[in-house]
Amino acid sequence: MTIKKEILYPSPRFRFAGDRGLLMVFGDVIDPVVNARIRAMANRLESECLQGVEEIIPTYCALILIYEPLETTPDVLIPILSSLNSDLETIDLPDPDVVELPVCYHESLGPDLAHVAEINGLTSQEVIEIHTQPLYPIYMIGFTPGFPYLGGLPEAIHTPRLKSPRTRVAAGSVGIANNQTGIYPIDSPGGWQLIGRCPVKLFDPERENPILLKAGDRLKFIPISLERFHEISEAGS
Amino acid sequence: MKALKIIQPGPFTTVQDRGRFGFQQFGVPPCGVMDRWAGDIANLLVGNGPDAAVLEFTVMGGRMEVLDAFDLALTGADMGLSINGVSCKNWMSHRVAPGDTIQLGPVQTGCRSYLAITGGIDVPVVMNSRSSYIGAKIGGMQGRVIQPKDILERRPQALLKNTLALPDDKIPLYPSKIILRAIPGPQDSFFGDGMETFFNCVYTVTPNADRMGYRLEGPVVKRKQGMPKSIISEPSLPGGVQIPEDGQPIILLAEQTVGGYAKIATVISSDLPKLAQAVPGNTIRFEPVTLEQAHRIYRDRHDRFKALETADLGVKTPAAMGKDFFNHPVFRERMEKYMIQI
Repeated sequence: MTIKKEILYPSPRFRFAGDRGLLMVFGDVIDPVVNARIRAMANRLESECLQGVEEIIPTYCALILIYEPLETTPDVLIPILSSLNSDLETIDLPDPDVVELPVCYHESLGPDLAHVAEINGLTSQEVIEIHTQPLYPIYMIGFTPGFPYLGGLPEAIHTPRLKSPRTRVAAGSVGIANNQTGIYPIDSPGGWQLIGRCPVKLFDPERENPILLKAGDRLKFIPISLERFHEISEAGS
Repeated sequence: MKALKIIQPGPFTTVQDRGRFGFQQFGVPPCGVMDRWAGDIANLLVGNGPDAAVLEFTVMGGRMEVLDAFDLALTGADMGLSINGVSCKNWMSHRVAPGDTIQLGPVQTGCRSYLAITGGIDVPVVMNSRSSYIGAKIGGMQGRVIQPKDILERRPQALLKNTLALPDDKIPLYPSKIILRAIPGPQDSFFGDGMETFFNCVYTVTPNADRMGYRLEGPVVKRKQGMPKSIISEPSLPGGVQIPEDGQPIILLAEQTVGGYAKIATVISSDLPKLAQAVPGNTIRFEPVTLEQAHRIYRDRHDRFKALETADLGVKTPAAMGKDFFNHPVFRERMEKYMIQI
């Protein structure tokens, strides 16, 4: 995989987010090229373990570094980050991990599936086929623990948010809002159109790795039956 | 070991430690005590390390029954601490015994109080922290706020050899007019004249203020013409000041993960304790500082805490304790024994 440069800033821009945060901004659009660069840099920083850097948070267009000011400052970090970044020019990025998630699109678990189909002039089956087609890039995790911000929802099934949000959306619910699709990791209020449900827990604080997905991975939805949904749910609880 | 039985918990009482770190890339905010300074000192005054968990009371305290002998200290907002009906001083350790009753009332100054007990509150560690994250129902007491009849345990640790107190001149005041120092950015370029408005005007804390963020009310902060209404969503750090479409600032805090509006400035971490003690109606003025200034303040705060850690905070003589000595449970206990003898 090679990196096209025109969509990236010629060199990353640095901004301060208070006295403990440093933003390294690579571009200003949501784009797989920008995201690939962020992923490469995040991988690199994970292995570098820079002195005083406590957390590295990938976002759509930037990396956020959280640092301990007693141990380092942006004066020290910026030259190191810039030089690591220019080294990346020649490095090919390993292919991202693909995570396959089973989703049951039965009407009892996806109450808005018929509405999404109707609004787009499709059948429910066509919506399922279109939704399970792409390898969705995970740009960022946030909002609630493990919630993936996905890119690449086919335009044929873009659907506006609900007019009035639900007060409770069950964990695992798969939804669509405009050009976005995603999964609710925990029970929460929500305004997305719900088209199905995933029986695998995206967030389980008891698990060794509590969060299933990470930024940079690719996500593929695999349609399953209601019977299979219950089997996996029961096995996982 | 069982330490406290909750009789009345107060409206929003949670277990917190310094916070849950390392999971922000997975959408898990740091949480932790909102007023780090008060939380750290509460632990210091009962001989705990800085990572021990404390109780955070918001606006109003509650009533608890003591199940074990230990030391406690209350710091932060003044909620009129009393033990067995006798008023006791904040920012000072008090020895309690089984059967004692601890009472906290409505807040008198400030917003949040911290109760530290010997060993720290013992709840399961979830993702490296005991902090409650109510939004995701994890940490603390089964991921929820403290309820009546909860039994709180403590971790084992030696009791204090003598009473500890923070010197009076080190006790923070919680004025109703607050100045918060902030570093412009990360999206200060979205605002032209708006920067001037933001740093020169007075903003009022609205009732919409909690552990996720504080919404303020005041002169509208305008974006430069042609600047987009929102930004591509990005994770937010505690102290980030978002300017949504209506131009009214929102300071994002310990339980916020992602923000979608431009951030005009970020409150320095050393000033977040001041904000944690602000209540609706208080006023806030923002003062711009450079990153270098902010780091000097950060190091200074760190040095002041180190100095307290190594200082002798022991209270040895009645004179040193002033009139509070006569209200002190240890003194009362001795007096009672003395009275029985004569």
